[in-house]
This record gives sequence, C-alpha cells and structure tokens, in this order.
Amino acid sequence: MAFLEITGATKKFGGFVAINDVSFAVERGARHAIIGPNGAGKTTLFNLISGLILPTTGSVTLDGKRLSRMKPHEIVRIGMARSFQKVNVFPRKTAFENVQVALIANRNLQFNPFRDAAGLFRDEVMQLLEQVRLGADSGRRAGELAHGKQKQLELAVALAADPRILLLDEPTAGMSIAETLSSISLIRDIVQQRGITLLFTEHDMNVVFEIASTISVLHHGEIISTGLPDEVRANDDVQRIYLGRE
Amino acid sequence: MTSRPQLIFLGCLFLALLIVPFLGSRYLTELAVQVMILSLLALSLNILAGHVGLISFGHAAFFAIGGYATAFFLSRWQLPLGVAMPLAIILATAFALVIGILCVRLKAIYFAMLTLAFSMLLWGVIIKWKPVTGGDDGFVGIALPQFLATPQNFYWFTLAIVSISTALVWLLSKSTMGQTFVAIRENETRASFLGVNVRQMQLIAFVLAAIFAAIAGSLMAMYLRGMYPQSAFWTQSGHIVISVLLGGVHSFVGPILGASLLYLLEVTIHQYTQYWPLVMGLILLLVVLVLPEGLIGLFRKLYARLGRK
Amino acid sequence: MFTNPTVLFIQVMNSVSLAMNLFIIAAGLTLIFGVLRIVNFAHGAFYMVGAYVALSILRVTGDTDLGFLLGVLGSGVVMGAIAFVVERGLLSRLYDKEHMLQLLFTFALVLVIKDIVKMIWGTGQYSIGAPPFLRGAVNLGITYYPKYMLFLCALGPIIAIAIWFFMERTRWGRILRAAREDRVMLNALGTDVKMVYSGVFVTGAALAAMGGALAAPRSAVDPGMDALVIIDAFIIVIIGGLGSLLGSFVGALILGFLTVMGSIYLGEWVIVASYVMMVVILLVRPWGLFGKADEERH
Repeated sequence: MAFLEITGATKKFGGFVAINDVSFAVERGARHAIIGPNGAGKTTLFNLISGLILPTTGSVTLDGKRLSRMKPHEIVRIGMARSFQKVNVFPRKTAFENVQVALIANRNLQFNPFRDAAGLFRDEVMQLLEQVRLGADSGRRAGELAHGKQKQLELAVALAADPRILLLDEPTAGMSIAETLSSISLIRDIVQQRGITLLFTEHDMNVVFEIASTISVLHHGEIISTGLPDEVRANDDVQRIYLGRE
Repeated sequence: MTSRPQLIFLGCLFLALLIVPFLGSRYLTELAVQVMILSLLALSLNILAGHVGLISFGHAAFFAIGGYATAFFLSRWQLPLGVAMPLAIILATAFALVIGILCVRLKAIYFAMLTLAFSMLLWGVIIKWKPVTGGDDGFVGIALPQFLATPQNFYWFTLAIVSISTALVWLLSKSTMGQTFVAIRENETRASFLGVNVRQMQLIAFVLAAIFAAIAGSLMAMYLRGMYPQSAFWTQSGHIVISVLLGGVHSFVGPILGASLLYLLEVTIHQYTQYWPLVMGLILLLVVLVLPEGLIGLFRKLYARLGRK
Repeated sequence: MFTNPTVLFIQVMNSVSLAMNLFIIAAGLTLIFGVLRIVNFAHGAFYMVGAYVALSILRVTGDTDLGFLLGVLGSGVVMGAIAFVVERGLLSRLYDKEHMLQLLFTFALVLVIKDIVKMIWGTGQYSIGAPPFLRGAVNLGITYYPKYMLFLCALGPIIAIAIWFFMERTRWGRILRAAREDRVMLNALGTDVKMVYSGVFVTGAALAAMGGALAAPRSAVDPGMDALVIIDAFIIVIIGGLGSLLGSFVGALILGFLTVMGSIYLGEWVIVASYVMMVVILLVRPWGLFGKADEERH
C-alpha cells in the first residue's frame, strides 16, 4: 500500500466541479509532483488532501489512515505538513519566533501557560533556520522579509513539525532564477536527509524535472497521466494539453 | 506582545501606585482604584483581542457577573469574602465555558454579534430579575468585611489583587500558550497547520479573559458597594474595546494605558461638560481612522523613526 | 386571548404595525450590510436623528398633515445628507481596512450623534402626535382601530414592494445586487463603485431616519430611544439574514408578533425572549432564514 493514496476524490463548489474523480498514489520516500495549467485545481487538491476543505466524495488515506473527516490540525499531528502558494507566515513574529511556535505546537506546549517561551528551543530553531539559509535573519519580522526568504521560512516552519510527508504548494513561485536553483537543491537535500515523502505542485517545469521522482498531470480537475517523469513527458495527451503550450 | 521596556514601565507604575495612598488625597486614592480596576478589565479583553484576535462585544457580561455574584454572595448569603469572591469567579468561568463554546465557532463579525447578544440577554435578565439583582435600580448595599471598610485598606487590597492578576497575565503572555495565542491572531490557518486546535485555544483564551474580567467586576462591586445593570449593556463592552484600541491592541501595556487614559480623561472632561461620550466618540474616530495601532503603536513608530536618524 | 376575536384581532394588528415600523429601519441596516459588508451600529442613532428632525420640522410647520409629511421626508433628507458627508469624508477611508475597524467607526458615530442630539434638543422627552388626517380610530367591523397604526400596516408592504421593485427591475437595483454578490467584479466592470457605496449608505440611513420619524407618534422621542432599537434591528436582520430584504420583512414580522403577543404571556420578560431568539438563531443558523450559508464559520 502506498504511503499517500487519493481515491476517487471529487470536489464540487455548487455546480462547478473543481476536482473530478482524482486518484493517484504516492510511495513512501517519493518526490511526487502535481503539474497542470493555471486553474487546473492544484491548490484545491492540496486543500483537499490537507483537510482545509472536505471532498464531496472520495477519500484520502495516509499510511493506511483515512483522513477524510479530519481537521487540518489533526492531520498535521499524524505527520503531514504543508506550505501555501500565497506565503503564509506569522508576519509580526520574527523568523525565529515563527519556527519556535511551530516547535511549541509540535511538543504540545500550547497548553502550558507557565512555561516561558523566551529563547525556548533556541538550538533547534537556529538549526532549522540555518538549514533553510535564514540563520542571519532570525531576528527579523517575517512580514518584512523578501518574498523568497518568506518561502524559505515557510519551509522551515513546515519542517519544524517533523513531518513524514511534506506538501509544498508552488515552492518556487515568485522567485528569481538564483533563488529557484537554491531552493531546488535545498528541498531535495532536506527531503532526502530526513526521509520525508514530498508532494508538490509547480509551474516551473525545470524545477519539476529536477526534483520529481514521479509526476501526476492535472487538467480541469482531472488526472490525465501519472507516472515516471519520462513516461509523462512522452504521453501524447500531456504533450498536447500541457507541455505543448510551453 | 511583551518586552523589557514594558516590564520597566509596569514596574514604575507599580511603584507609583505604592506611593499614592501616602499622598494624603482621598480623591487621588479613589481615582487610582478605579484606574486599576478598569485597567484590569481592559487587560482581560486583550487576552481575547490582542492574543487570539477575537473582539468581543459582550465582554462586559463577565464583568457584570463577577460584580453581581460577589454582591449577592456577600450580602444575601453572607459569605465571607474569601469564599464569595472565588465563588463569583467560578460562576463567571462556568458561564464563560458555555458561552465560549458556542461563540468561538463563529468568525469575527458573527462572533462580535453573538457575544453582544449573550451580553444583552444577561442584561435583560438582570433588569427583570428584581428579587435577585435589584432590577433597574441595581444591587444596592453590599456588606463589606471589616478589614476593607477604610479606603486605605481597600486600596491595598485592590492593588494586591490587580498586581497579582497583571503578573499572571504577563506570565501568560510570555508563555508558550501566549505565543500560540498570538500565532492564532496573526494567521489562524497557519496556526491550525502547526497542529494547533484553534477553536480549543480560542475557548481557553475566552475563559481566561472572562476570569480576569470577573475579578475586575468583583472589585468594582465592592468599591461601589453595589452593582448596576448598565454594566452588562452592549455599550459598556464597547467602552472596554475602545480602551484596548486606544492604548494599542498589539502590546501588553496598551490596554492599561488606554483604560487609564480614558478614565482620567472622562473624570477631567466631566468637570467642564457633560458631553464626555462625544469626546470618547471623537477619540475612537481618531484611533480608527488614523491610529489603529493605538498609542503604543504610535510610540513604536516614532521610536523607529528616531532610531533611523 | 385566543377566545376573544376582537382582542386577537387587535393584537395581530398591533404586531403587524410594530413589525412594519421595524421593517423600515431594518431594511436600511440589511441593505448597508448586504452591499458594504458593514454592521452599522449607528443605525439606531440614525433612527433617533430622524425622530428629532421630524420633531423640529413639526414645530415650524405646526401640527398639520403637510407638516407631518415634510417631517418624515425631511428627516430622510437631512439624515441622508449627514450620512453622505460622513461616508464620503470618513467611512470610505476604511473600506479596505479590517471589518472590525469599520464596526468601531459606526460605534463612534453612535457616541458622537447621541451627544450632538442632546446638545441641540436637550435631554427632555418629547412626543409627536399622529398627523390630523390619521388621528382617531377607524371602524373595521370587528372593532375600532387607531388610524395611524393602520397606516403603518399599509406603509410597510408599500415600502417593501418599492424597494423590491427598485432592486429587481431597475438598472441601479441590478448594480446594487451585483455589488452584494461580487464587489471586485463590479469594479472591473467600470461602475462607479464609490457612488454605489455612498448611495447605499445614504439610502440606508435615510430609511432609518424616516423609520424614526414614523415611529415617533407611537413612542416617546428621547435621548435613549436608539439604544434598544438597534438591538431590535439586529435581531430582525440576523433572523432574516444579513443582506436579505425579504429576510428583514419576515424577521420584522416575527419580532413584531413575538413582542406584542409575547408580552401577553411573558409580560416584561418578553424582552429576554427576543434576545434568546437572537442567540438561538446565531447558534443554529447564523446566516438567517434567507441569507447565504456563507463562510461565517471557517
């Protein structure tokens, strides 16, 4: 059984079918990309998998456990972490505090009104920040960081949850070429080091082919192909609908 | 939320308050008592507003419950203070749990309206339940224990309670729980994706806020030797919100500053004109249009600008 | 009560006339929320201003039918003008800010307006009589019933239909409905959104004021009249659904009947019953009877 399985997932908003009978599987340790043109439903699919919205029908299973009725915070507890397309950090908190609060939640300290948070988990936080190359910016407010750095911070925050599977929604969107290259190697290294399963969406095909071990192609809410990068690249439908446009 | 300069400010404030009774002015002493109680009330609202980001338009309800319950337990049931006050707070906590569970399910505007609705419901009951609450006339005549009979003693008692409460809220703010609260205010979605049960945490904040509001209410009832139905009216909750906003919702000290300033202004303005609400309304307009971060926000901006020079 | 048809009839008519009066006020509130997404705490204050302006106009014109008409219309015009200035000058600066700030702005208006009213008219209690044309009672067969109350019963549906017609059948109404659904799109279509917002706020305020002028003959005109009417308006709009005109009509009827009929069984405690109803609706169906199950819960 695959680590993450999506089976027959459908999401309707009123009359509009955003996700239509989507099924695919992600093996443990895989780096699985979801690609597709704008509006294909990638973010909706992510929101479905991570519990932000409920599927109309269908199911999502993580390591044998059905996620379907779980709230995001419960899903995170069983080992899933995600980043967002539009950067989602705690803007007034410093980069340090952003990662720190993630660790606080991870260690269930949010229920402790007496434990002083000042300097807590300093070593771990700095380690995570260093890993995403934000060590020097630890004291700066997250909202004031450049876009690319905010994305890196998001990655650090997601990693703080010590996830088994990481969902990254357009991790290099809005980044310069240099930042993108840097992110690619960063993501690949971290994921490999920690043995994290990766599921990500991307627009930049270079990024996809650099990182992905398997790919699914989403178009108008439907999966039109799933498989190894070369298989997908060679697929006629994919060529026609998506890659052909590039 | 908390910071060293603020801690120093609080320290200075405490020292100043220690001196007040020795200045020999009864007027000043009474003024200081009111300032302390109202500051605690504003501080309690900020556990909700400044930390988890929920603005309640019904917070005065817990202030009223604390006050009326204390009055009732002291006078009707003749309980000693050491029992009456904690009991009043427990009662307020019970209400807060029920109301909180029902309210935190809703988002901002609806939360504001439901809290307002509950508070008005309480007001309606207070007004009509004459035998217990004294109705329209208010609960008059509280029997204070002997040791609180003099203004001086009452002052020390209030200072002690308010200081301890403030210290507890400070510790809360600095704690891992406090940091989580702030995360929820800054980005609720992100917080839930950290594994935080946002609704649960908001409920905890709601109840904690109610507890400190009830303490303030209890003190107020003893100070006034009575309690009045207006304390649960929605406009009272509005005043608390104004205090918090005036001082600055994003800092620990803001509410204290706002409440104190607002009360001192009220007392001063009342000497010249009866149109204090107009002044308060204009202050609120100023804050909303120009200074949404309040006075502390203004100080921070000025400080940052000075730092750049 | 149910055994005596005369009494029942009177109570029903009382309920309806109260409801219609409340509807005129609530309609403005729901309109403002529907398009501007602002919960207007000052709506009760607008109602109050309407009553006082009508009072002043009547002092000038004397107790005549024309005077009353001028009073009602005048209150709408005056309040509308004030609302225009307030909206253009101050409120519009808050449109892209947090909703909470807008709400607090309206609360500030309450404080300011109340005191200004006190400054101008003092703190005394006044009364306005019904216009001569509508004084006395009319014989309805079953019983005699006050003409003025009957007038209100008839006026409510007329205004409701007028607003409905405007919303459904005119170009401006279409624009308003579009603004209710999707503001961003409206901007993109090139409509002068600023004018739309002003128009809505002014209309809502004018409706509240006229509602106040019309209410004056049935209740006293005093500086406290705003505090509870705003809660009634909230209750109606919440029951009916924020933004729904039909909802306010139905909600007003529900509250009207509850208040009148309820006071027979519950006496003074009827006020608590209406707050209980508000709480229950917010718990069970926060978007009201006719509102949309929006994202009031995340």
